[in-house]
Amino acid sequence: MKLRRLIGFNLLTAVILGVIGFYVGWWLGSLFTSESVAYLKESNQHDISLFIGYFTGVLGFLVGLGFANYPVQRMLGKPASLREKETQGKTRYLGLCTDHKVVGLQYLIGIGAFIFIGGLNAMLIRYELITPNQHAWNGNNYLTLVGLHGTMMMGMMTSGILGPFANYLVPIMIGARRMAFPRIEALTFWLLMAAGAILMTAIAFGGFPTGWTGYAPLIDQANMGVDAYIAFFAIVGLSMCLLGLNMVATVITMRAPGMTWGRLPIFVWGQFSTAILMLLAPPVLISTLLMVMLDRTAQTGFFNDQIGGSSYLYENLFWFFGHPEVYILALPGMGILLEILPVFTRKPLWGYKLAVSGLMGIALLSWLVWQHHLFMSGINADLRPFYMLSTELISLPTGFIFICALGTLWAGRIRLTSPMLFCLAWLFNFLIGGLSGVFLSDVPSDVTTHGSFFSMAHFHYTIMGALLFSFFGGIYFWLPKMTGIKLNERLAKAHFWVMFISFNCTFGPLLVIGFLGMPRRAVTYAGYLQGANTWVSVSAFFLGGSMLIFIFNFVWSLVFVREPAGDNPWNSKSIEWQLPSPVPVHNFDRIPTFGPDPYPYGNVGSDAVPSMPAVTPARPTQ
Amino acid sequence: MSSSAADGNRRHALRIAALTVIATAIALPLVILVLGPNMPPGKDTTAGVSQVFDNTVLLVVMTPFTMFILIFILYSVLAFRVRPGDNDQRDGAAIRGHMPSQIVWLATTTAAVLFLAIFGSAELLASNGAGGGEGPKPIAKPSGSVFQVQVIGQQWEFTYRYPSYGGVETAQLVLPVGQEIEFHVTSLDAVHSFWAYELGVKADANPGVDNVAFVKVKKPGTFQIRCAELCGLWHGYMFDTGRVVSQSQFATWIAGQQRTFAGSQQYLPKYSLTYTPDPQDRAG
Amino acid sequence: MSVQAQKIAAVVAGVLAIGVGIGAYVTFLTGGPTPYQVPVANTASGKSVNLTLQTVATIGPKLAPNDAWVSYLIRENGVWHRSTVWTLPANTVVHVTLYNYDGQSGLRNPFLSQARGLVGGSFQLNGKSMTSINPDVASHTFAIPGLGLIVPIMGVDGNAKNQCGDAPCNVSMAHETITFSFNTGKKGHYRWQCFVPCALGFLYGFGGPMQTIGYMDGFVNVV
Repeated sequence: MKLRRLIGFNLLTAVILGVIGFYVGWWLGSLFTSESVAYLKESNQHDISLFIGYFTGVLGFLVGLGFANYPVQRMLGKPASLREKETQGKTRYLGLCTDHKVVGLQYLIGIGAFIFIGGLNAMLIRYELITPNQHAWNGNNYLTLVGLHGTMMMGMMTSGILGPFANYLVPIMIGARRMAFPRIEALTFWLLMAAGAILMTAIAFGGFPTGWTGYAPLIDQANMGVDAYIAFFAIVGLSMCLLGLNMVATVITMRAPGMTWGRLPIFVWGQFSTAILMLLAPPVLISTLLMVMLDRTAQTGFFNDQIGGSSYLYENLFWFFGHPEVYILALPGMGILLEILPVFTRKPLWGYKLAVSGLMGIALLSWLVWQHHLFMSGINADLRPFYMLSTELISLPTGFIFICALGTLWAGRIRLTSPMLFCLAWLFNFLIGGLSGVFLSDVPSDVTTHGSFFSMAHFHYTIMGALLFSFFGGIYFWLPKMTGIKLNERLAKAHFWVMFISFNCTFGPLLVIGFLGMPRRAVTYAGYLQGANTWVSVSAFFLGGSMLIFIFNFVWSLVFVREPAGDNPWNSKSIEWQLPSPVPVHNFDRIPTFGPDPYPYGNVGSDAVPSMPAVTPARPTQ
Repeated sequence: MSSSAADGNRRHALRIAALTVIATAIALPLVILVLGPNMPPGKDTTAGVSQVFDNTVLLVVMTPFTMFILIFILYSVLAFRVRPGDNDQRDGAAIRGHMPSQIVWLATTTAAVLFLAIFGSAELLASNGAGGGEGPKPIAKPSGSVFQVQVIGQQWEFTYRYPSYGGVETAQLVLPVGQEIEFHVTSLDAVHSFWAYELGVKADANPGVDNVAFVKVKKPGTFQIRCAELCGLWHGYMFDTGRVVSQSQFATWIAGQQRTFAGSQQYLPKYSLTYTPDPQDRAG
Repeated sequence: MSVQAQKIAAVVAGVLAIGVGIGAYVTFLTGGPTPYQVPVANTASGKSVNLTLQTVATIGPKLAPNDAWVSYLIRENGVWHRSTVWTLPANTVVHVTLYNYDGQSGLRNPFLSQARGLVGGSFQLNGKSMTSINPDVASHTFAIPGLGLIVPIMGVDGNAKNQCGDAPCNVSMAHETITFSFNTGKKGHYRWQCFVPCALGFLYGFGGPMQTIGYMDGFVNVV
């Protein structure tokens, strides 16, 4: 590697400038010298320095990557250019690249790495919970572990499918060569990476005791480590908002001729409905976190009831974002599920219009349910029946997804490949997750289950059991297309079975433990629950072990075996499989024209709808 | 679709329907007679009874749907699977939808959801809030006299005040049996949550807010109290054991408490539904 | 090196790097003081244990990274250590002598100014036997809620001469002496904490040292 190539706008420069930026910001913060600020610094609270440091650090990081180049060049009068380092060489994956396919793969690796860290924290939490009275970790660290696990996972998994899969596939599926805003697309990825690095620094500043929900006024009271949480979530919110903006603009404006709304693949509908939520919900979070930041630095009283604020303000603002947030997590998985099922049942998607109304219905209703997180908080009692109704109603569009999946399975020719197994597991896990949600939405039942491990198991069933399973289904399905290399199918199935069985052995009992009275985020518990907790912890270790099978398969197949996958190993009729693997830089030679049916499967015969090719693309000459 | 394929599908449909009916017929009695009555939190209090009933109804409504979905998936995977050696390239039936099925599904799920929402609301109102915190102005309250007790959450212990006994504050929660109890839950600092598990009571403790919950306990015993809202370092250790005793035992106990804690009693603020404690201790 | 060997080397290096990272993380998480096994004395009336503690207004840079925080210290073998995790024998009477060098902060909940769970029901403040103090002059409390124990700690008057600066403090400086005894009962694992909001600069006075084991919080292992 030539030394010359290290000089320039790349990741190394970005890290160096980021660290320099952090110290510059820290120094700028130390210039605030009012009496009250000095008082806080005495007790080792340097929040102003830390916040400004994080802000300038991220700026330095982005400048180092080259994000400032285009605006500065335009200001200097140079002509507009679109393409940055997007064509050749492996190193384009390590920097700013506007090729949507590169950004998709960057997302996959980046999110994968941070999820690994979040999962490691989960293993450490379960290790602690094996016994109620022996503490594995220094007692100060348990809540930080809980907070780091939850926060990292939530921040990363919200872009977990849109980042890797939607960025890669949506332009191809709608017949475009790029996303609407390629530079913003790259920005969302690097913002997310910067945010992840910031969250990791929380432990250097004393950790944070608030969990991922960051309730005030505890968050006002906490050590400096919580500033890392605040900065992380604000940057993640910005990344989500821009990603949603990009996705919405792309799907609305850049569809090829013939790709009408009624012909969009259901995967695109899934990402589009998510993107609308991603565009609208995070600004509420960012504003809320700004208020918390002001409470901690400028000593405002937004959430301090003794000077006129209210803890309810935080709860309502957070959950107004927080509930659409969890549907941002759930909807993309539904898109993947309904997209993969037709391929492995060789049937069209059953009830296309019903599925679309299910996805958009969930997106709409998700705004109307957030108070169910506050059922026991002492909200106005008149509100509870309404929110009980709205929350129960959201199971209707969710039911549409189920019936469409079942209809697609009906009378199909089912091939149980690894992506198909993950999709079937999605149905099982989301069924349990959804039913436990019905318990939680019912206020009398919620009296016992709110804030207990039942609630925790519910959202793990829906977020991990459904979303993460569809994430892996998507990886096994689309990675051959993205890289051109096959993943080992037997290892994939081994990963699936260990993961599925250990997942249910971990979280099934937790539903019961919650009902038996164990509250969340508690480092100790009643003695009679020890046996159950030990079982759960051991199962959780197996669950973590299943990820190791995946990582081994990933490295083994992609680095060592490198068996070519071919253009269409799954024999799918969707457009991305009519292109070479990996998809070339410009996607298509000619923009394709789409036929009337996105799922042209079905028996050819006198009774059948004649099978038409979905697209007439030109094969690129590469 | 050829007629033999259509017949084949009709056979599959009938089998799935039959299996669903049989599974539901086996599961429902188990749910109603075995699982339901043993659902937490137990039937020792009015709130507990209504929650157990509520949970049973939820289970009953969920059971047919669950059986149908699980059986459908399992049956489809087994019946429609491509056997190895089969011609893998043939497609399945080109069914894009089936309006009658969609309508039936929509109608049944809507009916179930509306029923559960209305039932849940009715249960909530009929049981005086089912033990949940209703805020400062509860709408589902018992008629008749209530026994008031205040639960104060602070980092990291619960203390309790009895307004009808001179506002005496105690470190243990003792309640008289057979009386309608009105909890007033508040906090002095961060957000806590008062969760009395066997009583079936949960009410968040917010600073500056009075959160009211109701319960009547039917027999004496002990119950666990745990904090159910993350409130800092010792959140997991913020637990206690409460007792429910007879009226006379309660009278003896509270008199003893008033004697023992006369020392600190003189310094306590007057009993009120919320407190603004001093010192606040922020900057300077 | 052949391409294959390069790949193997890269993967091995990656795995090692991740392993080192995880190892460092886990080491960091388990860091902290070892529990102090308080020595048991066998007297005529059975086992007894003596615990000598002090509470200070500022811990100082020699004993803690957060040098301005309030803290408890314990005397182990004649030397003052900042250690708040102690191992005590079961079914033993523990005699505690606590020297408080910190000023008056005031209790948020005045109820906590009354002692509970003590042998004999009272504690000695500078030699005088008492059951409660004025909550406004409380400096700290020592409480083990799991044992039903709480003792209010009187604060040093603001106008007292020769107040202590950084820990460890010695008895020639202004202080209050509190002694009390409690019974450990059967085996168990209990947390202890201070209840006075004495963490200056933190909201409600309960952040920072009040929420960090090693300063104003700790564990008592009864074995």
